[in-house]
Amino acid sequence: MMLTPMPLDLRMAIARAECDLYSNLVTRATGRAVRGQLEEMLSDMPGQRLAVLDFSHVGVLDFSCADEIVAQLLLRFGAGLPPHAPAPHPPSYFMFRGLAEAHLEALEPVLERHGLALVAEAHDGTMQLIGMVEPHEHSTWQLVIESGGGDLAAIASFASAPGTEDLHARLVALARRRLVIQTSAGFHPLRHH
Amino acid sequence: MTTILTVPQSLDDTTFEAVLQQHAALPDGSKVMLDARHSRWSSPYGLIALLTLAQARGDRPQFYPPEDPNTASYWARSGFFRHAEKLFELTRPVPRSRSGDSNFFLEITPIAQTEDVQHVVAHIQERSKAIMETLGFPASGSIGFSVVLSESCQNIIEHAGGPGWVAVQTYDWQKRIGKRVVVIAVSDSGVGFKQSLGQTKGASDRWDDAAALEAAVLRATSRFRDPGRGQGLAGIRRYMGKWDAKLTVRSGTARIGIIPKWDDEPPLVEHLPFFAGAQYQMIIPQAAPAE
Repeated sequence: MMLTPMPLDLRMAIARAECDLYSNLVTRATGRAVRGQLEEMLSDMPGQRLAVLDFSHVGVLDFSCADEIVAQLLLRFGAGLPPHAPAPHPPSYFMFRGLAEAHLEALEPVLERHGLALVAEAHDGTMQLIGMVEPHEHSTWQLVIESGGGDLAAIASFASAPGTEDLHARLVALARRRLVIQTSAGFHPLRHH
Repeated sequence: MTTILTVPQSLDDTTFEAVLQQHAALPDGSKVMLDARHSRWSSPYGLIALLTLAQARGDRPQFYPPEDPNTASYWARSGFFRHAEKLFELTRPVPRSRSGDSNFFLEITPIAQTEDVQHVVAHIQERSKAIMETLGFPASGSIGFSVVLSESCQNIIEHAGGPGWVAVQTYDWQKRIGKRVVVIAVSDSGVGFKQSLGQTKGASDRWDDAAALEAAVLRATSRFRDPGRGQGLAGIRRYMGKWDAKLTVRSGTARIGIIPKWDDEPPLVEHLPFFAGAQYQMIIPQAAPAE
């Protein structure tokens, strides 16, 4: 089972937050207002969700807005929870597009400060992890991308070393961080088609 | 009795200390007149520091404008007199200027609410692209420049508890460092770092203006418990390091600096005359040519 990605219209959120005179996401107050609109839009999407945030039209993104919009959104939907803490149900996943190098300069330190990571689609369509990611998390995530997702055996078949015990725990941890989607059918990449 | 405070001929972050020295020596409640008749030059920092001083006093002190017509004209074009006439009692007519009627990179602009920061960033974006390219930075550097401006102005709204000012100008410092520079000055007359961060100190901690500045600038301490807070200054520091730029932050009786090799200012100065709020200055030099 795959989730249908739902575009979460950042421009609409900016307009609704009455910041539409500017394409810049600056100041904490602006960030709070835009996030409030995004959360409202999310509440209209029932069930398990994969929301896509497109930054292509954003000029300046400062640290405060990166924190209020991206980090706080991820945190509120459970991305930064410790291993055994109850996670919000049904889960929400976020994928980011259109992030330019200048956006990442603000975003990466913010994510690192919270111990967060996110999945971004690069301009060439490849997927990448941004933020705080351990090497073993990255290699596990890469397996999901390469395999296209599926049950544990399907994903494990793409691993260079055999064995699935450790892999399952790692995949669950990635799903808790909202970096892969966990469904009854297995684990799947966050992907925008 | 009114005491005359002499504004130096050349007014910048260093010489403004002489104005504060005179001011600090006055008994409480003294009336003052600021005498800038012989002033011939001022940095953005000097001009907005004068406005901040009047704002902090709140009693509309008298002000003698510069006598030199070129200087008076330049101060007018910077927007200084437009704001000064509300905060000072000007002793004679001054040249008029309209907003946008100058070659100032960013004229003196009041910052009191979020919309002001939005406006500044939107206004400066096109010009910052051109100037950062002139300074030898990639076009993407202009975004960083806007972020630095946004975060330093936000500190006024988030922490100062009062309105403040921002101004930006470019200079050719061939004699000083052989490069062009951009100077960003931000100032407010709010509560300052010591009071703003006061709740975060431990009972046994040394706590004065210098300690508060060290906490905010060097350790990104915020008065909020949320780890997402305090990132603005940390981010500004990162950009300063990347651009080999100089950052100084003055608050209360201390000034802290992130000092690049091309400057010899001490990183921490204490026991300065008291000045309300916080004053930032960032000097971004032309980038070294890529090898």
